[in-house]
Amino acid sequence: MSASGSVASGVPHLDVDPFAMGFFADPYPTHERLREAGPVVYLDQWNVYGVARYAEVHAVLNDPATFCSSRGVGLSDFKKETPWRPPSLILEADPPAHTRTRAVLSKVLSPTVMKQVRDRFAAAAEERVDVLLEQRSFDAVADLAEAYPLSIFPDALGLKPEGREHLIPYASVVFNAFGPPNELRQEAIARSAPHQAYVAKQCQRENLAPGGFGACIHAQVDEGAITATEAPLLVRSLLSAGLDTTVNGIGAALYCLARFPEQWQRLRADITLARNAFEEAVRFESPVQTFFRTTTREVELSGARIGEGEKVLMFLAAANRDPRRWERPDSYDITRRTSGHVGFGSGIHMCVGQLVARLEGEVMLTALARRVASIEIAGEPKRRFNNTLRGLDSLPVTIIPA
Amino acid sequence: MPTISFVHPDSNSERVEVSDGESAMQAATRHGLDGILAECGGNAMCATCHVYVDDAWVARLPAMAEDEDALLEGAAAERLPNSRLSCQIKITPELDGLVLRLPKRQV
Repeated sequence: MSASGSVASGVPHLDVDPFAMGFFADPYPTHERLREAGPVVYLDQWNVYGVARYAEVHAVLNDPATFCSSRGVGLSDFKKETPWRPPSLILEADPPAHTRTRAVLSKVLSPTVMKQVRDRFAAAAEERVDVLLEQRSFDAVADLAEAYPLSIFPDALGLKPEGREHLIPYASVVFNAFGPPNELRQEAIARSAPHQAYVAKQCQRENLAPGGFGACIHAQVDEGAITATEAPLLVRSLLSAGLDTTVNGIGAALYCLARFPEQWQRLRADITLARNAFEEAVRFESPVQTFFRTTTREVELSGARIGEGEKVLMFLAAANRDPRRWERPDSYDITRRTSGHVGFGSGIHMCVGQLVARLEGEVMLTALARRVASIEIAGEPKRRFNNTLRGLDSLPVTIIPA
Repeated sequence: MPTISFVHPDSNSERVEVSDGESAMQAATRHGLDGILAECGGNAMCATCHVYVDDAWVARLPAMAEDEDALLEGAAAERLPNSRLSCQIKITPELDGLVLRLPKRQV
């Protein structure tokens, strides 16, 4: 955390805490306040700069030499504090080190690989919908948004069947840990030991089934692209960021389609909109709400002077609803041209698993739209609180077969 | 301001004006052109802004980088020798009049 007193003049100071429970419950008025206060703001609560408008968020994401990731993409500055776990070789790295590891994961999760897994992912979506049509009333988070990715992603990675119950809790720790030292973060890390032990073990080559994403990463060691000590940490990246994110992405899409039945009917009328319906949900809900960067030098950003070594908090969710960039930003519109949203980030660190997420979202919404006439919310949705992820803990729904 | 053309699979052609520093993909999406999805927003990560470069122009484009080459292997429509990702074609004044043909599908 920065204790710097060199706060640029002219930068508005705000007293909001974007990691407080009250904020999580309804972040939208605060997002607007952050956007309207100025292109760059300062948050006194955590001594960090913040950007909430699309243009500045996009600019920071696309200038990794100035706004680096190697000092951590959470509040903690790795130059001043020891990270809670060994840093990620891709998320928490800068070029040139990042370029090499990124190329490996890009190859493992490429469009070509997605073509190979597509039929399997689609079949699993149909099977899940079979079960849900039997149930009629269910929890769209546990029984769908979690159950579907859990039915395909760990297998696609090549994980052993035992111990998979650690996956979502581990991811929850990882995303809480990007936040400030609040109760969410402290409690998550305090309880993380068994989850960390599970993950460390599964990342080893001998524990990953042949042909899976994990084995493909280790195979890059034989190609000389990475070392044998790097491979497990790159597998860890998929375990950290590959499941809970898609759970919240699919959950977001269902929550949107259940709340806006006219959009559900549009989807049913034209099932080719399924992929964009998912993408628009990622823009609208922004399952990953925020990330930090750290300045490597003094820099001027939209008239604000920011010193070296300062943390800058990017409000991806606020950028995705910035009226300067989006028409009717607060409407969920499955026909919207979504290209350019920052729900998956942008630039060299843009989500390397975005194609997996889109594939899962597309095939699940396609399967549902073909066979379900309507989705009705059957009880009060409960929110799940996390320093970085936005999503629900439960969403009771009833579906009517088509 | 250079102008480029996108030819749809039904042979209909759309002319698009390109602003300074834009890629062919950015010009297309800014004009709301159908047939270019650009799901990743121009980061060379998704292969959904695939185009076939008109034969007369193929040799006049800068060579593609390794990542573009790899992504094109996974494009939804058939890859041809003149396949490119339009997000990687930066439009310079010399490319005024460029003709790009759209594939039948992007996903």
